[in-house]
Amino acid sequence: MVPLSYYMVLSAIVFLTGFVGVLIRRNIIILLLSIELMLNATNINFVAFSHYLNDVSGQVFVFFTLTVAAAEVAVGLAIIIALYRGKATVNVEDLNLMKW
Amino acid sequence: METVAFFYFAAVIVLTAVLVVAFRNPIYSVIALLVMFFHVAGLFVTLHAEFLAAVQIVVYAGAILVLYLFVVMLLNLKQDDSYQRQVGWGIGLGIVGLAEMIYLVLSAQVGNSPAIGTAALQASASPKVAAIVTRGNTEAIGYMLYTKYLFPFEVASLILLVAMIGAILLAKKGVLGMKEP
Repeated sequence: MVPLSYYMVLSAIVFLTGFVGVLIRRNIIILLLSIELMLNATNINFVAFSHYLNDVSGQVFVFFTLTVAAAEVAVGLAIIIALYRGKATVNVEDLNLMKW
Repeated sequence: METVAFFYFAAVIVLTAVLVVAFRNPIYSVIALLVMFFHVAGLFVTLHAEFLAAVQIVVYAGAILVLYLFVVMLLNLKQDDSYQRQVGWGIGLGIVGLAEMIYLVLSAQVGNSPAIGTAALQASASPKVAAIVTRGNTEAIGYMLYTKYLFPFEVASLILLVAMIGAILLAKKGVLGMKEP
């Protein structure tokens, strides 16, 4: 039986990888991928606690996280396409205007 | 056996998560994330969450990552995408946060181990839920979703509807007041 704390450490490592990715990358698509990493880290935590607590509610919450992730990807990629049409770049350092 | 499986899945998950952030080419990043999602699904199977493992592969690998690949190839990005200037600060903050989280997890386990111990947790779970669990994973999730979490389930469907309308509107030409090229 793997201790629960191992799953928590794994989840923390994946979450912080996504966090560092948001901080250090300049490509806005990689920023969205890093957000996916963070959402998956929370999913691992939810499922691990659900198994160890013998309660299905954690898995239901993963289901909702999945819904929000799908919505976020659809809207985020649509925004990226709209931005790319206007500015022809995906570098976040060039996207510094509120209006153009 | 279970420990070996956990360490294999954990090692691949951590490695591919770092590769997602480290690769310069966005297509390689997306492929690394695909490998990571499959291994997270494997981890879910070892945790007896078979329904979520299937959903993880179908929705994440099948729908979300295909959408990412589609956009990366549609935009036809150049490969000279470098890191931010403050890369040292970012990695330093990540290491500090990791040390903090590991310290918190270890101190919680040492401090009051009966509260974290699995036997106490399983004893505290209600007998009704335990009876559901024996019926099967998918049935249990469906039962919870349509009884206790019915209203959040409806809100989730509303979120999907709003996201669909928003994505269609945003990706149209001439939206957001931009001129046609």
